[in-house]
Order: sequence, then structure tokens, then C-alpha cells
Amino acid sequence: MSDVRLDNISKRFGDKLALSDVSLAIKDKEFFVLLGPTGAGKTTTLRVIAGLEKQDAGSVYFDGQAVNDLQPADRDTAFVFQQYSLYPNMSVYDNLAFPLRSPLRRVPEDEIRRRVTDAAEKLRITKLLDRKTARLSGGEMQRVSIGRAIVREPRIFLMDEPLSNLDAKLRESLRVELKHLQKTQGSTTLFVTHDQIEALTMADRIAVLDDGHIIQVGTPHDIYDRPATTFVAQLVGTPRINLLPAQRHNGSFRITNSPLDVPLPASEPPPEVVIGVRPEDVRPGDGAYTGSIALIEPLGVETILHIRTGEQTLLSVVPGTSSFRLGDQVPFMLARERLHYFDSSGKRI
Amino acid sequence: MTAAPLAPVNYSTAVDKVGAGPRIRTAVRAIIAIILTIIILIPVVWMGMTAFKSHPDAVSVPPVVFFQPSLESFVSLLTQRRQLTNDERAEFAARTDLTWADQLMLQRGQVIIGESNFRAQLINSIIIAGISTVFSVGFAVLAAYAFSRFHIPGKDDLLFFILSQRMLPAVVVTIPIFLMYKELGLHDTHFGLILLYTSFNLSFAVWLLKGFIDEIPREYEEAALVDGYTRLQAFRKIVLPQATTGIAATTVFSLIFSWNEYAFALMLTSERARTAPPSIPLVLGVGTIEWATIAAGSLAFLIPVVIVTFVLRKHLLRGVTFGAIRKG
Amino acid sequence: MATITLQNVEKKFGDVFAVQPLNLKINNGEFIVLLGPSGCGKTTTLRMISGLEAVTSGNIMFDSKDVTWLHPSERDIAFVFQFFALYSHMTAWENIAFPLQAQGMMRHDIKQRVDDVAQMLQIEHLLDARPSSLSGGDQQRVALARALVRRPAAFLMDEPLGALDAEFRETMRAEIKRLHISQGATTVYVTHDQIEAMAMSDRIVIMSNAVVQQVGTPAEVYHDPANLFVARFIGSPGMNLISATYSSGSIRLPGGNQYAVPDHWQSKLQNGLPANGSVIVGFRPEAARVHPEGRLAAQVYADDLHGGYSMLHLELEHGTVIHARSSRETSYPIGTPIKFDLDPAMVRFFNPETELAISNGRAS
Repeated sequence: MSDVRLDNISKRFGDKLALSDVSLAIKDKEFFVLLGPTGAGKTTTLRVIAGLEKQDAGSVYFDGQAVNDLQPADRDTAFVFQQYSLYPNMSVYDNLAFPLRSPLRRVPEDEIRRRVTDAAEKLRITKLLDRKTARLSGGEMQRVSIGRAIVREPRIFLMDEPLSNLDAKLRESLRVELKHLQKTQGSTTLFVTHDQIEALTMADRIAVLDDGHIIQVGTPHDIYDRPATTFVAQLVGTPRINLLPAQRHNGSFRITNSPLDVPLPASEPPPEVVIGVRPEDVRPGDGAYTGSIALIEPLGVETILHIRTGEQTLLSVVPGTSSFRLGDQVPFMLARERLHYFDSSGKRI
Repeated sequence: MTAAPLAPVNYSTAVDKVGAGPRIRTAVRAIIAIILTIIILIPVVWMGMTAFKSHPDAVSVPPVVFFQPSLESFVSLLTQRRQLTNDERAEFAARTDLTWADQLMLQRGQVIIGESNFRAQLINSIIIAGISTVFSVGFAVLAAYAFSRFHIPGKDDLLFFILSQRMLPAVVVTIPIFLMYKELGLHDTHFGLILLYTSFNLSFAVWLLKGFIDEIPREYEEAALVDGYTRLQAFRKIVLPQATTGIAATTVFSLIFSWNEYAFALMLTSERARTAPPSIPLVLGVGTIEWATIAAGSLAFLIPVVIVTFVLRKHLLRGVTFGAIRKG
Repeated sequence: MATITLQNVEKKFGDVFAVQPLNLKINNGEFIVLLGPSGCGKTTTLRMISGLEAVTSGNIMFDSKDVTWLHPSERDIAFVFQFFALYSHMTAWENIAFPLQAQGMMRHDIKQRVDDVAQMLQIEHLLDARPSSLSGGDQQRVALARALVRRPAAFLMDEPLGALDAEFRETMRAEIKRLHISQGATTVYVTHDQIEAMAMSDRIVIMSNAVVQQVGTPAEVYHDPANLFVARFIGSPGMNLISATYSSGSIRLPGGNQYAVPDHWQSKLQNGLPANGSVIVGFRPEAARVHPEGRLAAQVYADDLHGGYSMLHLELEHGTVIHARSSRETSYPIGTPIKFDLDPAMVRFFNPETELAISNGRAS
């Protein structure tokens, strides 16, 4: 296992700047997630690390050594793709053994057998070893793909949205398994996703990318509790954060088109701000504000309430089933210590 | 459809499109398909029948449908014969050392004096079509792979240039090529025709194969690259097995072209390297047209292509090797 | 507006049932969601209601009128497709006006109706645009407007949010529901997303393998699933389901744990379970409460932040992992021993042979 460092990586495709001066340091044994929307440069970053793409500027280091001039095969990384990466003309066993049979390694067959059965055991695919890959379900295929990475015992795992083609139930269970596996194996893992819940649940640290730039790097708690910009704030959390424009008004902030007054933050704020409130921090039942229930979405485990006040509608999440009815006037409060303030350019204050 | 409850079973959208009374529709479709097949096959069947007719049956008007099968046409296809005078005829009739083929020809008043060129020409066809097909598919698969996977400067222009080779009717350049071949000593050589057919087929083969290779996700090879294989090894172990559908299709198309090509074969060969197509019409007999012999030649000519296509038919059905791909 | 009744409606393709005989009454003004994995028959059912697909047998009634063999255009319904199905050569306005023009309505009335519906969906500023220049969410708004403008007896929607990005999906989900509340039109909505179904519906019809598994309100299918399929399918993650053995008032769970069955369940379990006492215990993640004096023991398998809360994954024994919702402030290293309790009101029991829930005696 290794640590990885990216120094000022830039990459263009034709006219499009895919990565702009990206620097990251990933620690040994860390589960590091690159999160961002489509086209943010996450996959390009991963491919540069694997050597599948050559950066225009900057350097990649594994354990302090530059690997810029190494071919993909010589970098000793394992890549798990979103799809397509199982060889359809081979059995599951041969797929798992394929990297070990490469001319670079020439692992003896009995050692291959040991490592393949080992990995199959861990991923619970022992029963599938003799099957042709075309006969597998989506979840099984992705397990085999991960297995193919594990047998290699590589320095670094690179995973490019490996769960995004699976249905929701499978995604949930594989998420947990993958995290457990990574923690018990202690493998350095870079994981690319556009799904915020995958990033929050699996990562030790997250790097949020947008448009080829790194916006924020931090633990899931950092990203969720202290988003650096409104972009990050909106990217993580479901239902989405309430973002409310507000102006200075008599020693507090008045939220536009509403009767809501929100206290000033500790630091000296500009006259116009955007205030962010997570739905779980809009707490109905008690408090100084009132609004009417515009919509109720019962999800079973929790209920989403749309609370209308003035021209603004705030989303609120309450646990379990709510006893409110459509049109009810309810008092509510905003958790003061959990308010987020952003300036007009979207930067956190 | 009895998969575990959570396993996605993707039949709903497919079957939804089947409307009311699917059985009647299936039956109607089957009948139409059968009728079309019959219409398409009639000339071929007629040719096959004619090949086994005797000369009088073959030219009789109205045509005979039920006849005594005879190998006469095949014998005349493979031999050279001389017309006998009446005296000779009686003399030959009395001989007892005649083979069945001799006797067959004797009934038409002819004697076999040697082998015809047809066998040699068929062998020429096999050599020339076979080798040029291997060459064109072999080069094309490499070129197509490169066009599909690498950043090549001026890629689109190059592809257009390759395609533009097919824009001029080939026959237009027969005379220049004839002159060049004369000058270069390629006239009437196997190599000459192989070279020509390979270059004709290449442009088409590159385009066809590029389409197939484009559809093989590059993640497959990239996975192999990361796993410790070289580009060439990844190509051989991963891309080629998955491109069999495309390679089979391209092979059949190239083979059919080289096999059937007539004009250049006629112009550029005379003796040694002559292929079958230009010679079949030349078996016209003395005085009359030997329809049965022409049919026999055409039948013999048809068989190799049918065999190759039959062998490759499994690969020609698309999608067989794409089982592991789940889109979206 | 209409009440839709399906009487023994079935659909067969060859010998395979796409929909097993199905009885369902959709009340006037109700929002019904047909929910299930792909291939379960939900789309076929919707298409039979619309008339785009013929039934193999059975009857479909709109109010008291038998529409089983009527053409889709004669049923007074509007269909919203997953892929918008907007005409790309027309502007948004022309798209919306199209069904009215087809009815031969007067120009002035058309304008009035289109303006009304555009205002309702807040797409007035998009009316001159062509569909290709609109975002996915706006395209679906135009498609909805085209359905609404007809004022049909029923709306049929086939995964209308399936092709949208996650950010639009949440917004559109709320918009469609709000629209339904203001219009009160009978709506049949197909989706494979259980969150959508829960959030939007008055009642959910859960289908799997061509069979209806359960019909109920969101709260019913969440708290009292009729069988194991529903228990797994609803909720994210689904219900925790553990194979165990019942004998005389207590259940032996994996990992040497004992669970004392509440009194009122005991006779029901006695009668409802196979002779060997095998049972599947089910409970929602929020029913498990970590507690230092809890009576059940497990080890932490993984724990993760979901934003407003955390999820603990607890291993009872090798291969048996349950999920427990916990506060976001706590975090445990893998392998930590944990004690927890189950909220007795939220524990359910299933017969492993029939896969059906043991009734808790409440009417449902």
C-alpha cells in the first residue's frame, strides 16, 4: 500500500480544460473519494493516476517517487471501472486470474488458485467461479471486478463509479461491504462518484471537484457541516439544503420575501448573504417562526415537510410519521448553531 | 422469468411492444418469410437442377422439371473434348476400355482428349481470394483498431481518404492498371491479383471493422493495461476475441468480392493466374450454348463461398459475444 | 375525473404471465403508485389501463363505463412518458396546444387553456422555446402541461422522473404532488423508486413477478409489509430480516442472542409458524436503539454518515449484518462490541416457508 500525491496536475482535451492545477495528498490506507457532477474532472484525475491518460503539466508521486514516466502496467494500481470491464469470453475464475497471469508477474498457478479462492471467499462469489461472466447479474459482475482488483494486491485501488450501474438495493449493500473490506484490508483507495451518499458514507476524506478545480477537501463531517461554497452545500445532503437570500435588517438578516429574521454570524458579514439551513435543522412544533404546511412527503423512516412562510418554502425533515396536516399553521425554529452563511459569490463566511 | 425477486428482469419493455393476437402476426410473418425465401431461392435451385441435366434436357423447350440426373455437364466442365466422325464413333463404341466418363461423352459423339483448365482456375480462385481476404482483414483490423483507439493527427481526413478509394468505379482504372501491371511484370501473376483485391477490400474493411471495434468498450483493454499487459497483448487477448462478429462479417464480404470479381480478372490474367469467374462463360460449346456446363461451373464456383459463410454464420448474428455488456 | 376499476385483468405473452389476474379499485381523485422492480408488470398494467396494450382477459371500467376494448383516444386519459415525447419541431406552446387542436377547439379557447396551465406550472417564460433547448426538468414540465391542458378523466404516468438528474427529481416530485393536490385528478403513476412512491402516493400497489404483493398507504407498507418482498423493497435500506428460531416465548437469534417476544405476539407465533419454530424477525433500522444495557449484542461491521444521521452496520455473527440508525455524533471503529434493544412496537415476524407476515391482529 502507498500514499499518493498529485502536484499541480493540469490536463486539456482540445479546447476544454479538464483539470486545472489539481493538487491532492492521499494518505496510506485512506479511503479517498472524488465527488463532483459529470464533467468535473474526477475520472480524468483517476486515469492520470493510473497512467491511462498523460497529464499536460504536474507530477504524480507514489510513496514520494514520481511515476510520470511509468506505463500503466508498471504503476501497480488496480482499476475498477463503472462497467464493461469483465472479459466476456472467460469464466469468473479466469477473469480473477487474468491479472496474475500477466507476463509481468507470472505468478505460479497454485499461488493464483490460492489468491483467487481467497478473494472469492471475501466477496462471497465462490459459487460463481466456474460461471461465464455473461451469466452474472449486475451486482455479481461488480463483485468480480472488485475481486480482480483485490487478487493483485496492488499499491493503490482506483475505482470509477463502480456502483452506479446497480439498482438501489444492491448499491446500499455493496457500499457497506466495500467499506468494510477497505477498512479490514487497509488498502489505499481512490473512489470516484457523483453520488453524494456514496461519498458521505464511505469516505475517510472527500475532495469535491467542479469544472476541473478542487473546491473543498475534508472529512464527510467537514463537507456536510462546513461546506466551503453553496455548490458544495447543494451537492451533499438529501433533501437538499435550503438556500435563502437575505439582507441586513436591524441588526439581523431578513430572509428575502419572508418574515424570517436570522441572527448575524460572529464574524462581520457583508450586507447581502445567502443563508443555508439543512432540512433537519428546520424544526417544526416549537419556535418563533410560523409557516403553513404546503406539502407532506412521508418516507416511512422520516417525513419531509414543505413549510411555506411569506414567499419562501423551506424543506424540513422530521423523524417518523408527522401528525401535521396540509395547510396547518405551525411554529418552527431554525437550529441557530447550524446555520451556514455564504457571501453573494457563494463563498462560506 | 422466475429470477429472485430483486434481480432485474428486463422483459417488460420488449414484450410490451407485442400487440394483440401475437400468434396470427407470427404466422403471417412466417408465411411472408417463406414466400420471399422461395422467390430468392428459385434461380439457385434452377441452376442446381440444370447442372445435373443432360444437354438435351437442359435446352429443351418447354423446360423439363422432372429429368434423369446426369453428370454429363460436370464431365464436360472438367475435360477437353473432340467431336468424333461417324467412323470413329463406331470404333469407339466397340472398345471395352472406356471409363464411365468416356462413355457418357460418346453418347454426344465426343471423345475426351484431356483435362480442362477449370480445376486449375478454381484453385487459382481459392488461392487469390483466400490470401487477399486474409491480408485485407488482417491489415484492416490493425488499422481499424488504431483509428478507433488512438489520437491520430488528421484522423478524420485519413478515414475520408480511405473511403474515397471506393468513390471511383473500379472499372474506370482498368486500363491504367493493365498498363502498369504489364510494365511491372505483375500481369497474369497470383501476386498481382492478390495485391489488387487486397487494396480494393481494405478501405471497406477498415470502415466496417472500425465500427465494430468502436463498440467494444475501451475499458476492457484499459483494465488489461492496468493489470500488467502490453497494448499488443491486450489487443490479442481482449479485443480480437470480442471482435469475432465483425471479423467474420468483414471476412465474408471481402471473400465474396474477391471471389466474384470478374472485370480485372479478365483483363489482368490470361493463363497462369486466371480465376474461375472469367472462364465460366467461356465453356460455351461448339455451335450451341452449353447451359448445363455453365450451370455446373457456377454451382462448383458457388460451393466454397457457401461453405465459408455457413461456417461463420454463428458469428454473423450480431450480439453473441456482447453478453457481458449491460447498458445503462 | 373518474374511478378506475380493474376486474380480473390479466396479460399473457405466450404462456408467460406479464400480469397475473389483478383486481384494483382506484378511487376518484386518488394518487395511486404502481411500484416494483423492472419486469414486474407495473408498466404493462398502466398500458392496459391506457389502452395502449390489450388485456388478455378481464375488464377495465372508468366509472360505470366498460372501456376494456376502447381505443386509447376514446378513454379520456393523458399519458406522460419517461422520455417526455415532446415534438421537437414545435415550440413548447405548440406542443401544449397540440392535443386541443386535435380536438378541434377554438383558437381563443386554446390560448386561454394553454396560458392557464403554463401559469400553473410556472413555464410562461419557456413557451416560445423548442424542447431541445430546455433542461430535462423543464421538458418534463412542458410534457406535464400537455397532459394537464386536456383536463382528462385520469392521468397515467410512466416513470416521468426516471430520466431526470437527481437534483430535478426531488423538485419535480414535489411539483407533481402539489399539482395533484390542487387538481384532484385521478392519477396512476408507475415507478421503480420506492422513495418516490412513498413521498407521492395516497396508496401504493407493490408488484413483483407479475403479481400484486400488497396494496396499502405508505405507512401501511412501511410498517406492516405483507411479505418479505415488500419488507425488503420498501425503505432504504430495507427492513432488517433475520432468520431465527422461536420456542416458548423467546426467539433465538444468531450470535447467541435471545429476544423475549412481547406477550400479545406469543399465541400468534405459536399458530403462525412452521412446527420447527423457524421464523424471520423483521425490524426497521430506526427500531434498533444502541444502549449500554441493551439485551442484544453485536459487533460493529461498518458505520457511516448519511448527512443528518449515521447508519451503524452491526454483525450479529459472520454473514448476518443488520442496519441501525444512530445519531451522527457517535462513531465506532470496526469490531467494537455494541449492545442494543429493539423497539417492541416495531418488530414484525414472518413465516419463512410462506414468506408472509404474521398478522399483528390490527385491521389493515
